[in-house]
Amino acid sequence: MKRRDFIQYAGLGTGALMVPSLLMGSNIPAEALLNPGLDVTTKKLLADVALNTAKSAGATYADARIGRYLNQFVFTRENKVQNVQNTESFGIGIRVIANGTWGFASTNNVTEDGIKKATMQAVAIAKANSKIQKDPVKLAPVQSHGEVSWKTPIKKDFKNVPVSEKVDLLLSANAAAMENGANFVNSALFMVNEQKYFASTEGSYIDQDVHRIWPTFGVTAIDRSAGKFKSRSALSAPMGLGYEYMDGLDSEKIEGPAGLIGYRNSYDIIEDATAAAKQAKEMLNAKSVDAGKYDLVLDPNHLGLTIHESVGHPLELDRVLGYEANYAGTSFATLDKWKSGDFKYGSDIVNLVADKTQVGSLGAVGYDDEGVKTKKWDLVRNGILKNYQAIRDQVHMIDQNESHGCCYAQSWNDVQFQRMPNVSLEPGKEKYNIHDMIKDVEKGIYIAGRGSYSIDQQRYNFQFGGTVFYEIKNGKIEGMLNDVAYQSNTQEFWNSCVKICDKDDYRIFGSFFDGKGQPSQVSAVSHGSSTTRFKDVNVINTGRTI
Amino acid sequence: MAIYTKEEARRIMEKALSFSTADACEINMNGNESGNIRYARNTVSTSGHRSNQTLVVQSNFGQKSGVATIDEFDDASLKKVVERSEELAKLAPENPEFMPPLGPQAYDDSITYSEATASITPEYRAEVAASSINPAAAKDVTSAGFLNDSSGFSAMLNSNGLFAYNKSTNVNFTVTMRTNDGTGSGWVTRDFNDVSKFDAVEASNVAIDKAIMSREAKAIEPGKYTVILEPAASIGLLQNMFGSINARTADEGRSFMSKEGGGTKLGEKIVDERINVWSDPLHPDVPTPTWNGQGQPLKKMKWIENGVVKNLAYSRYWAKQKGVDPVPFPPNAIMDGGNASLEDLIKSTRKGILVTRLWYIRGVDPQTLLYTGLTRDGTFYIENGRIKHPVKNFRFNESPIIMLNNLEELGQQVRINGNLIPYMKVRDFTFTSLSDAV
Repeated sequence: MKRRDFIQYAGLGTGALMVPSLLMGSNIPAEALLNPGLDVTTKKLLADVALNTAKSAGATYADARIGRYLNQFVFTRENKVQNVQNTESFGIGIRVIANGTWGFASTNNVTEDGIKKATMQAVAIAKANSKIQKDPVKLAPVQSHGEVSWKTPIKKDFKNVPVSEKVDLLLSANAAAMENGANFVNSALFMVNEQKYFASTEGSYIDQDVHRIWPTFGVTAIDRSAGKFKSRSALSAPMGLGYEYMDGLDSEKIEGPAGLIGYRNSYDIIEDATAAAKQAKEMLNAKSVDAGKYDLVLDPNHLGLTIHESVGHPLELDRVLGYEANYAGTSFATLDKWKSGDFKYGSDIVNLVADKTQVGSLGAVGYDDEGVKTKKWDLVRNGILKNYQAIRDQVHMIDQNESHGCCYAQSWNDVQFQRMPNVSLEPGKEKYNIHDMIKDVEKGIYIAGRGSYSIDQQRYNFQFGGTVFYEIKNGKIEGMLNDVAYQSNTQEFWNSCVKICDKDDYRIFGSFFDGKGQPSQVSAVSHGSSTTRFKDVNVINTGRTI
Repeated sequence: MAIYTKEEARRIMEKALSFSTADACEINMNGNESGNIRYARNTVSTSGHRSNQTLVVQSNFGQKSGVATIDEFDDASLKKVVERSEELAKLAPENPEFMPPLGPQAYDDSITYSEATASITPEYRAEVAASSINPAAAKDVTSAGFLNDSSGFSAMLNSNGLFAYNKSTNVNFTVTMRTNDGTGSGWVTRDFNDVSKFDAVEASNVAIDKAIMSREAKAIEPGKYTVILEPAASIGLLQNMFGSINARTADEGRSFMSKEGGGTKLGEKIVDERINVWSDPLHPDVPTPTWNGQGQPLKKMKWIENGVVKNLAYSRYWAKQKGVDPVPFPPNAIMDGGNASLEDLIKSTRKGILVTRLWYIRGVDPQTLLYTGLTRDGTFYIENGRIKHPVKNFRFNESPIIMLNNLEELGQQVRINGNLIPYMKVRDFTFTSLSDAV
């Protein structure tokens, strides 16, 4: 499943009824989501079967991941429920090192016999592949954690909320959109619970309970006489939170320009759907942008994707080294630039951090999928490139001896590898709010929400659109714009960063379905920032006639 | 073994159906064996084998549907999965767009299965990797590639008497070759149902040659250029266009196929009159199953004829609403070409750009089907009928509709991602900026 296909589902096209079973597992009744699954004692016994079998078969290292993945997805359009899916996937993945080479096998037969068989298969694969291995795997040391557990700090478990309540909420949001001028509306709720048990021959037994939620919609307004249509998608973010994200608390709202509302850790879907319908109608007659240089004021719900593409991906060490050359590509942020110690990634106020511990983020876990305790580290400090994202078998290649703790597998059925942690822009130190970002801009554009995005295979040249665009003239919002996209080069763009709002404006953007690897795996990741201004960015007009 | 014969699959599904107490019941069964090898930095990085088998039961009570899946096919498991789907159906909300299962259908025999592909061994995969790695290393080039082969079956049975079965195989190969000085990159892709048509050495050499030829590219000004698009370059844009020929969104007014004042562009000329696009599950170069997931028979179908939209796809529900026959979505795209080879197209070009591949293609405006993306892995400047030098990669902003209206010439067809697409020469293709990426 490629990322684009997921985006299509997420974009709620007409085919958004079924999410492929590949990621989902088997359909179950909603009540069955509440079954507790195996207890920790049983999981430890089963994991030890894998570890002991691997050692007896000659492995020098082994880890076992017993995973139970629960999903609930609700899809609606206008006044109809299109689909409700509850799924469960359960199994074990075993990874070993034998003869200095990785081997991996998985099975849904989580019994002593099934686990022994899969483990022997993993060892056999490692031994077979060792014949063509050039350099033996070198693992950075890791602390033995003993028996520990971690849980996403949620207030409301989605599994305890009746499906009817979720359906009612989506249908109310749809009704609000239709009452305010929408011609069509699709909405969806994605809810995920990963119950992961990790054990390794390093002496760690880690039980984790991870929750994520994503409410979203797409509203379309149509002018049939002109043959035109415009869509406005939700300004929500997928979050590492429980169902409390749907509470719509006023205290978590930030008032933006042109009546836009920004949402921190609580989302008001009915309010956003109402605004979306009005804005989609307004877009039908909005002014087409004049191409040229503009100062851009970027909302966190937009800037997150720019961070993802232009900072998150180029600083993945496996891309830098060439392991992803045939798929996602390589990176402009080469080792020589990093080693120079003075590579100017951005302006002096640009501080970009990787963080697997951030509360509310999609990437937050206590331990990664190879038993490393998660942490926060600098990628760019005061504009200078400082570090990459690397895991246990990679850090020695950048002369470091501690994994960054960002190893992840999308399920028990897939092998874990290096994935992007949350990568965020630190808020500015000076006291600025959104209005301070706009008031001294002579000629600019304010952009909120994600839109079209494309970047080259080494992450130099990019083009981004957005959900809504407003013209700024002489410090004031003038009105809505259409046909806006900005094109820049990563280093040039981050060096044009001139002003960042303070921590009170900080919000998290996220992506549920970041894709990487062959065969491809998805992972969920967040990107936090405050509203930020960039000077003299090239804006093109994307309007065409066919 | 996850591959069941027609008779075995039918027996298992009939057993499951015998447990049904619902108003309607539809059973889908599929199995797949796949193997892959991945390499990078001129060495193998991962390899794997997967085996999957699934039986999916959809039960209906009135307009309520429930779906349950299982991967074990003994009688007790089959009974359990049918019961679970019925429980789920009873709890489900009514779906006003529910369509009852189809009755018995007649299908053509498909030609999607190749024993040679089904018999691929781990040793063969390692040889393919070596076919890239060894010649690359000898020419100061680094290879990164991926080969995936699969063999599987799909079957369907429902309570209205429909039964369908298909067996198919596929092999997909891509390799990226990068010169060790970091200034050149080449790429190739191949896909077949029958692996005996695949030549890993030939394919790898194409990518190596492109990598070496593309070293030290020169920057030229972005703007509108005549381009020769290899099928691997145009397919991304074309597939997005073919994927949008949905009657419902057109009727609803939210598609590039919607017309000013209401209605659709069905029957209207939208691209150059030399453009003819059709689908055909029995085409020997790009075969597909002869039925789709709804059990509808797939036949040869014209979509664009002489530049005119001949058909839009209608789901069974939307066809009923509109009082027309359902038209299944195309399983493949076959675009008529000409006799010109790539060399011929280059020879007849006074000034232009040869594009190997377009990458990271994303929609910009669904109203005009405007897409953006970049050239990658071999972009060359043509002057007076020959390749003069490699050029730096460009970002483009272009609509396939505009592209197919600016057609200069069509060349020979090539299989690409299961479709048959010609080389094409197009004028005024819009490049909007330069990229430093190699």
